[in-house]
Amino acid sequence: MEIPYTVDARPDTGLTNPKLGIWLFLASEVMLFGSLFSSYVLLRSGAEFWPVQRDILNVPLATLNTIILISSSVTMVLSWAALKMHNLAHFKRYMGLTFLCGLGFMVVKSFEYASKFQHVPPLLPSSSNFIGIYFLLTGLHGLHVLGGMVVNGFLWGPGSRMFDTEPEKFTNRVEVAGLYWHFVDLVWIFLFPILYLL
Amino acid sequence: MAHTADDIQAHVRLYYKVFGTLMALTLLTVAVSYLHLPHTPAVIVALAIAALKASLVAMFFMHLKGERPFIFWSLAVTAVFFVFLFALPMWTEGDHIVGTRPDAWSAGAAVPHAPPHSPTPH
Repeated sequence: MEIPYTVDARPDTGLTNPKLGIWLFLASEVMLFGSLFSSYVLLRSGAEFWPVQRDILNVPLATLNTIILISSSVTMVLSWAALKMHNLAHFKRYMGLTFLCGLGFMVVKSFEYASKFQHVPPLLPSSSNFIGIYFLLTGLHGLHVLGGMVVNGFLWGPGSRMFDTEPEKFTNRVEVAGLYWHFVDLVWIFLFPILYLL
Repeated sequence: MAHTADDIQAHVRLYYKVFGTLMALTLLTVAVSYLHLPHTPAVIVALAIAALKASLVAMFFMHLKGERPFIFWSLAVTAVFFVFLFALPMWTEGDHIVGTRPDAWSAGAAVPHAPPHSPTPH
């Protein structure tokens, strides 16, 4: 079945269906992460003792990951701009960089997690409320990064063949994938200070 | 949404400026965290910088600036529910948390109503 209005905007909404769909999905994601942020605030404000977070977590590594993810956001939007200028080679370059940034983020995160597991005694989700919600929030965010990498990898590789036959539709696909990727960046922008700096 | 090559080139220049601003704000929020401000000012500054960064990402990278009203209305409804979701547990639990703290009990604060089977503090 062909999804209607993937290239031209619907007359009633003024939007393509994929763009409207991804924004509604992102709205549901706001509620998902919002509920967890709310849980964090509730746990912290009700705790008799709350650790100094930056003494447990690695601020320089998290800063590096922030820089990586913001860089990936700009390469993502540049990949869309390249398609708008009908330049597939530049699209491939910027989308490839976006994928590599995602990979870099996950590698840095794996080092961060490994240091928690190798800590004496090990810092596990069961260790304390703070460590538990740290793993929950960063783990869920990491899964979102992984999901975005799968989509970006597809668009960079086999999915890019669509550009030869339906360039407008492919450009819109990249824009929709970009909206998701920027949202993942946006969530990290709040996670970083809340978990690492405060 | 831009269509001509010149429009896109102008957008690209803007993306680089936004990128530079986001990097500067990231370094600023880390630098401020090392000043060891009191808790409340530290929270306000960190969340204000995060909100500014998030606005830049949403407005320019996600093209919310110049987007159709339908998107704005959807996001406005989301924002209302988000605030409600955030505030509701705080309202219902706010006094409960303070009132059930052992240190508050020992200081003579009123203990909130509890079910009969709940352990009573000594």
